[in-house]
Amino acid sequence: MMELLKFEFPGHRAPLRPMRGSAFAGVVNSGSLEVLIESVDLGGRCQVEVKTSANGFRSTWDAVLEDFFARNRFADIKVSINDFGATPAVVSLRLDQAAAEIMEMGAK
Amino acid sequence: MNLADWRKRDSFYEASARRRILGLLDQNSFQELLGPAERITSPHLEQLGFPVSFDDGVVIGSGLLNGKKVLIAAQESGFMGGAVGEVHGAKITGLLQLALISHVTAVLLVLDTGGVRLHEANAGLVAISEILHAAFRAREAGIPILVLIGGNNGCYGGMGIFARCCDYIIMSEEGRLSVAGPEVIETAGGVEEFDSRDRALVWRTMGGKHRYLLGEADRLVVDDIKAFREVAIELIQKPKPLTLESILQEHQRLGERLVAYGECKDALDIWKKIGIPEFDAIPLMDNDAFHSIVKPYLPREGTEEET
Repeated sequence: MMELLKFEFPGHRAPLRPMRGSAFAGVVNSGSLEVLIESVDLGGRCQVEVKTSANGFRSTWDAVLEDFFARNRFADIKVSINDFGATPAVVSLRLDQAAAEIMEMGAK
Repeated sequence: MNLADWRKRDSFYEASARRRILGLLDQNSFQELLGPAERITSPHLEQLGFPVSFDDGVVIGSGLLNGKKVLIAAQESGFMGGAVGEVHGAKITGLLQLALISHVTAVLLVLDTGGVRLHEANAGLVAISEILHAAFRAREAGIPILVLIGGNNGCYGGMGIFARCCDYIIMSEEGRLSVAGPEVIETAGGVEEFDSRDRALVWRTMGGKHRYLLGEADRLVVDDIKAFREVAIELIQKPKPLTLESILQEHQRLGERLVAYGECKDALDIWKKIGIPEFDAIPLMDNDAFHSIVKPYLPREGTEEET
């Protein structure tokens, strides 16, 4: 069965720039995942919701996501993931793709 | 074809559903309907413990094609083999129904699918029948439906039947079109009937070149999103009449085809019977060479005239 994991991160105190809209990357294919990033008012915090077919990897997700938020000065961001057994490197890549897209949208 | 030409290509085969739509339509014109943020996912997959996708594997919306307003749907080949589930099908049906009330020039459907999503069983079958019904309503209203096939799933099952109910099919050599897929035929008829691991056999039986020679695909283009776009621009202007007469003509053509080629064991036998001189070299010909050699041998009835 699918496992549902929820994470919350404090969010950056000086976010890079105001975000708006949503960004999407990836495909729910075997060994891959889709990432939806939305700009939502969360009082500065960031939330992540992961639905994954690979159970029991909470600590791995935590590490990958912590790294992602350390590399990106984000606040008020909701990340939703549908995962079909992606490796951590693939997860990071898709997160970065979606992040790059939402940054681009914010810049417009 | 030289390397520089290859590099200029924007592969349709390799692209995702979203990438295909963006490449087909005029720049910055696409507006998605029921996009990922709406989270309209499959209730069936959820119950079965399978991963869902936020768009249920199909991207739909509107945009401009050479300045003309069109509706477009593209199946994502990576998610569940592009298969049609209840939500996925309802999105396509809704798009075809929208065509009736939104004054569009045409509907473009990028199909990349094995057919019904078996996990959703009857709901998927019903979804395909609803797509068919909506498509005939749109055609009755004179709105042309163009099917584009050039992805790694090909177009099979109920969606293969559906594709042939639309105005036009544009294919690349890489695309395949059939009802039963290679593995299904092998399972039902044995490996002597069809060896699904024989890739050359699969492509010459179901691939774009053969479908074009039989008159089932109206156009055969190179694996380039721009090439699909060029042909789509031309064909959206020419809806095919859907009348009793046109259907009877098509049935007669199919009857004659069965008489002419019914005994053939392989597409090679058909190409030989058609009288194409270098028939056994067809699978390896590039697009230009193929077109110049087969031009005199194309079936004309029921297909749109070359301009």
